[in-house]
Amino acid sequence: MSSYSELIKNFEKIRAYMREFYVYGFKSRDEYAGKSARSYDDERRRIESWLGKYMRFSRTPEGKNVFISVDSRVSRHNPFYKAWKAKSFTDGDITLHFIVFDILYSQEIKLTVNEIMQIIDQKYLSGFECPMMFDESTLRKKLREYCAEGIITSEKQKKRILYRRADEVNLPECLEVVDYFSEVAPCGVVGSFLLDKMPAHKEVFAFKHHYITGAMDSDVLAMLFLAMRNKSIVTVTHSMRKKDEPVRSRIIPLRIFISVQNGRQHLIAYHPELNRFKAFRVDYISAVKTEGQTPRFDELRTQLAKMQTKMWGVNIKRGRDGCEHVEHVEFSIRVERGEDYIVRRLEREKRIGKVEKTDDFTYRFSADVFDTSEMIPWIRTFICRITQLNFSNRTVENQFRRDIEEMYRLYGIEAEGDR
Amino acid sequence: MIFSELYSAYYNTVAAIISEIIDGRTDEKELRKLVAEKAFGESITTILPSLKSEKWQLVHKDMTTALEHKPTMPLTNLQKSWLKAISLDPRIKLFDVRFDGLEETEPLFTPDDYYIYDKYNDGDPFEDEGYIQRFRLILSAIRDGLPIKLNMTDRNGRNVFTRCVPIRLEYSEKDDKFRLITSGCHFLPTVNLAKITSCSVYHGEQEFSANQQNIHYGFVTLKIRDERNALERCMLHFAHFEKQAEKNNNNTYTVRIRYDRNDESEMVIRVLSFGPMIEVTEPEYFRELIKAKLIKQKSCGLF
Repeated sequence: MSSYSELIKNFEKIRAYMREFYVYGFKSRDEYAGKSARSYDDERRRIESWLGKYMRFSRTPEGKNVFISVDSRVSRHNPFYKAWKAKSFTDGDITLHFIVFDILYSQEIKLTVNEIMQIIDQKYLSGFECPMMFDESTLRKKLREYCAEGIITSEKQKKRILYRRADEVNLPECLEVVDYFSEVAPCGVVGSFLLDKMPAHKEVFAFKHHYITGAMDSDVLAMLFLAMRNKSIVTVTHSMRKKDEPVRSRIIPLRIFISVQNGRQHLIAYHPELNRFKAFRVDYISAVKTEGQTPRFDELRTQLAKMQTKMWGVNIKRGRDGCEHVEHVEFSIRVERGEDYIVRRLEREKRIGKVEKTDDFTYRFSADVFDTSEMIPWIRTFICRITQLNFSNRTVENQFRRDIEEMYRLYGIEAEGDR
Repeated sequence: MIFSELYSAYYNTVAAIISEIIDGRTDEKELRKLVAEKAFGESITTILPSLKSEKWQLVHKDMTTALEHKPTMPLTNLQKSWLKAISLDPRIKLFDVRFDGLEETEPLFTPDDYYIYDKYNDGDPFEDEGYIQRFRLILSAIRDGLPIKLNMTDRNGRNVFTRCVPIRLEYSEKDDKFRLITSGCHFLPTVNLAKITSCSVYHGEQEFSANQQNIHYGFVTLKIRDERNALERCMLHFAHFEKQAEKNNNNTYTVRIRYDRNDESEMVIRVLSFGPMIEVTEPEYFRELIKAKLIKQKSCGLF
C-alpha cells in the first residue's frame, strides 16, 4: 500500500475534485459516488495542503462539506495554479536534475553522456554513505527528455553526441507584464511558472469579473492550441451531460471560444464524419490525441469566421447538407428620458445584430442567430422595459413569456397587481 | 505537456535551499521558513527531511553540498512559446517590453486561435498612443509609490482635475477596461483609465492619507431550481465570488454570495438573467429590487 504524498502523478483525478469543491461545494463525503472514501480523503487533504487558506468547511445533516471559496477580485494570482506545481517525481529524478544542471552550468560546457556519468559518480555522489547508482541509459533518457523540453541541446561531433545547456532567453525586464498576462491570457499557468523564476515584486494588478476555473483545463487547452498551430486532426475523449461514459470524437479543432461572463471555454471544431461544426466544453475534455495534419484547416476556419456573424454563444446550427438554420430575434425596450445608458448598454453588450430607434422612447434590437435560446439570459437583463418580442422560434418566445409569468408568481406580483 | 516536475514547487524550493547553502546560510529555522513560503502546507515534512536523510543526494548530513552553482534552468519550449504568444497580444503595447531571443520560437497560440465572445464592445483603446503613455506613467508611479495629478472627463462630460496616490490597476475581462484604484482622493476612489485625458507625477507638497476606500460587502441568498442545467450555469456564473452552497430537498439549492455593494445594480441584472430558475430569498431589500423590476415590466404591455 503506497503512503500518502501531497504530490500527484496524474492531474485528471484532482481536476475533477477541485472543480467539485470550487464550483459546487455542497456535496458531503458520501456523495462522491464512484470514488472510494480513501481516495476522497487523500484528494481533500492534498487540496487543503495546496490551497489551505481558501478551503472552507460546513456541517449539514448529511455530514461535513468541503468547499473552496475564492474572491478572485481580492487574490492577486490564480490560486489553482498551485495544483500544476504538484507533480510527483522520483528521488533519482530530482537528484539527477540538479546535478546535471550544476555540471552543465554554462553554454560553453559540452559533454558526452559518459563524461557526465563520470563526473556525477566521482564528484557529486561519492560523498554519500550509500550513493545512488545511475546507469547510462537513465541519464541518456533524462537528457533526451530535457532536449525535448528545450532546456538542454545536443549536437553531434564526429561520432560523439555532446550535451550542453540550452541558450538563455532573458525574461522580460518589466515583471508586471507576466503578472498581467498570467491572469488574462490563455494557459496563464505558464506565466505563473515564469513568475516563480522572477524576483519578488510589488503587485500592481487586480482583476474583476475574473474566472479562475479555466486554470484546471490548461493542459487540454495547450494541446488543442498545439494541434491548431499544426493544423492537425485530433481525437478528444470527452464526457457528455447525458452520458455516463466518456466518448471519443475525431475532429478538426478550429478555435477556442472563451466566455468572460461565465468562465466557460469551448472548443469549436469540425466533425468530418458528421459534416458538422460542434462545440465541446473544454472542461469536459479529458484527453487529446493528435493525429496527422489536415489540408482543410484554413478553409474550415474561414467558414467558421463567416458563421461567427450569426453566433451569440457557441452554438452553430448547420445540417449535414451544409444548410444553415438561422432564427430571427427581435425585441423592443422602453427607454425613458435620462436613461441613455440603457442604449449604450444595448450597443456595447450586443455581440451581433443591430439597434434601431423606433420612436422617442423605444429602441429595437434585431439579429439573425443560430440559437435564440443562447440570447435569452441577456434579453432577461432588460426586464422592466421589454415592450415587444418577436422570435421566429416561437417555442423559445413562448418559454420566455412563461418564464416572466413564473417570476411574477415567485415574487408575488400577480396578487399585488390584482389588488 | 504542462504538468511537469520541472515547474514544481518542490524543485523551486530545493533550488532556493541549495542557493542558501551555497551562500553559507544553513540555519534550519530559516530553511524551514523558505519551504513554508515556496511550497505547500505539508511540504515541511518532506523536503528538508528528504535532503537531510540523503534520500535526495544533493545535500550532505552536515548541510554542505557538492553543487557549486546556484541552480538555474533555461526556459523550456513551453515557457518560450507562451511568452511569444503574449508578445502577439495587442495589449502588450501597454508595457514597455522587448522579447529578445524568441525570433525562432513558435507561439503557443495566436490571437486567431481563440475568441472572447462575450466581452463588451467599448473596451479601452489599448493601441492608442496617449492611452499607452498614461498607462505606463501610472504603472511606474504605482511601482515607485509616487503621487500623480490627473485630468479626466466625468460622466457628465466635465473636466475634473485631481491629485491622488495610485494604488492598483484593476482589469475587468468582461468590460475589457482598466480602472485605477487610488488613495488620498476621497471623491475619486476609482477612475476609469480611458476617462483620464492627461496625467503626470505630482511633485507638489500636498500630503495624502494612505486610506483606501474599503469595499462594502453585501450578501445575497439565492434559491436555485435545478432545471435546464440552471445549477451548473449559476455556480459557474457566480464562481468568482466568495460563496457557500447547500443542497435542499426537492431539487433546489441555496447559495449565499458575498458581493461588492457598489456593484449591486449589476448583481440585480445578473440574477434576473437566470429568470425563474433563481429566486432571491434574502435580504428582503434585494428581493424588493428584483420585484420592482418585475412590477415595472408588468406595465410594459408585453402580454
